[in-house]
Amino acid sequence: MRQHSRSAHEIPPCPPLIKEGWGDFLPGIYVALSVLLLLALLIGIMQGAVTLSPVTILKILFRSAGISLGPVTWQGADETILLEIRLPRVLGAALVGAALATAGVLFQGLLRNPLADPYIIGTSAGAGFAATVAILMLPPASILGFGSVALSAFVGGLLAVLLVYRLARVDGRCSPVTLLLAGVVVNAVLGYLGSLSIVLFEGSEFRLRQVFTWLMGGIAVNDPRQLLAVGPIIVVGIIVAYGCGVSLNALTVGEEGARALGVDLDREARRIVMLGAMLTGAAVSISGLIGFLGLVVPHILRLLVGSDHRRLLPASALGGAALLVLADTAARSIAAPAELPVGIFTALLGGPLFLFLLRRNGKESGWR
Amino acid sequence: MAVRPAIRLDGVHFTYPSGFGLAGIDLCIERGERVAILGPNGSGKTTLLKLMLGLLHPGQGTISFEGSDLGGMSRMAVARAIAMVPQELLLPYDLTVREVVLLGRTSYLSRYRGPADEDLEVVRAAMAAVDLLSSGGRPYNELSGGERQRVILAMALAQQPRLLLLDEPIRSLDLNHQIRMLSLIRELNVKRGLTVLSSMHDLNLSSLYFDRLVLLSSGRIVADGPPGEVIRPDTIHEVFGVSVLVARHPGLGIPWMTLAPDARDLLSTREDASEAHPYR
Repeated sequence: MRQHSRSAHEIPPCPPLIKEGWGDFLPGIYVALSVLLLLALLIGIMQGAVTLSPVTILKILFRSAGISLGPVTWQGADETILLEIRLPRVLGAALVGAALATAGVLFQGLLRNPLADPYIIGTSAGAGFAATVAILMLPPASILGFGSVALSAFVGGLLAVLLVYRLARVDGRCSPVTLLLAGVVVNAVLGYLGSLSIVLFEGSEFRLRQVFTWLMGGIAVNDPRQLLAVGPIIVVGIIVAYGCGVSLNALTVGEEGARALGVDLDREARRIVMLGAMLTGAAVSISGLIGFLGLVVPHILRLLVGSDHRRLLPASALGGAALLVLADTAARSIAAPAELPVGIFTALLGGPLFLFLLRRNGKESGWR
Repeated sequence: MAVRPAIRLDGVHFTYPSGFGLAGIDLCIERGERVAILGPNGSGKTTLLKLMLGLLHPGQGTISFEGSDLGGMSRMAVARAIAMVPQELLLPYDLTVREVVLLGRTSYLSRYRGPADEDLEVVRAAMAAVDLLSSGGRPYNELSGGERQRVILAMALAQQPRLLLLDEPIRSLDLNHQIRMLSLIRELNVKRGLTVLSSMHDLNLSSLYFDRLVLLSSGRIVADGPPGEVIRPDTIHEVFGVSVLVARHPGLGIPWMTLAPDARDLLSTREDASEAHPYR
């Protein structure tokens, strides 16, 4: 009898999907997420003003790589659409989604706050302010395919994060709580400075629409060369982020606890902040401010793979990429040729999915 | 060569910005000792432990661990030699018992490779040591207070420390779990030779389970020695402001303390109150 009640007690009442095992690597879920991402990429390339069949897509891709799979059965325009418009756009969406989701995990873990998102320590307002000023005042110069707005946003976001980091550092120590507060304050101040510059700048009403479109976010790869700059930053960033998993796990027990477990917290915090800022800045330069995705994707994946950051980081990168590719495809297909803000679709896809998983898991969100 | 002490504090001063702190602490803990740190709330027990873990740095004086300067050791080196069991551990999001214990391996893990077989074996052994081997997959946040305390202890053991610091390990436990925890700590000390230093509140249990007591008051050490030398009516009155009677434990011969007769003041006040009660 006693034995019976004991074993009954040991079964957790409502287990999340995967909690058991040592698995740093959960083949099943990674395969599923990879397949989802590939499907999303395929749908993203097929869909649009002109629908391309998967066979045509394969043929064009192989032909551009120098391998012929039979005679050319498509129009010349299809090839241009695929290689110069669709493919860069879809790959851009995947990179941005992966970067934002990874940065979301980094900041939620570092700040130990479930409401943290990639923009929380200054990026959104820094990039937003810089982009606003650039739209209002700078000529549309271009470096490596990046316009002045994209470059300003990248630099502005990084500078704001550096400012926040400097403000949060006291006596050589950088506490995540101070970082969070400094981030909120700098975001607020820069946000109002952005509004102020709109009010003060003469003739700004003619460019307001452009400012708001940028602030709402949307994938904008105007030149495939942009991916050559943004891609490596994001891919390397995601790999380095994976290496921060051990310290992020240790941070679960608090700042002091993490130090006691052997984490050089000041160095790790600096590394994570700069990494998150680089990932977010690179994403912002080709997408403006896409909200919600970096917040909700880590939560969705936490419910699926648990809270071990060495599992959560790669899973979130894959999931974020797939979600943004799908959302972006919807945003440019549903009211084509008009383009809707992609944020609507990240919210429409991610929100219900998160709520579904949350309710499925009972009261537990993984956080407390 | 003489055996170097596990940890040694010489003339350590530490002051918080508020002015509160420790003053002139000289303390030498030999390897294999089992020591309790006692004292009223705010006497500096936790501060002392944090200094020994290198989380705080002394304003004056030196702390040496096994003969080398603690301040010169990296966080990683400290974590592999000294482990701390905090008073309580709240997780912002849930982890399984095994995942929490694995956190103890943080200082051994490489950035990109997963835990090695050796790490998993150490984790398994740590869980076995606290009798939690069958609970590895349970969510930490659903455990009882006694079980959580054992998980935290296992996490500390997974660091494979040579010095174990505990911050009031039995503070929120019931009597049964208090005894289990203290027995476990004594076992680790006796069977594995782990040097143990624990802050405690209960004087009688400290006297039962520890060989040496260090009594702190207002940031100073006022008594240091075996229970018989520390638990005396005059010292206890001086430090805690409470009159006590100290007898011998009938079975073990160690000092055993209870409130002294002039605590009747308390009882008589209560009787007066009940006499004054209108319905009696």
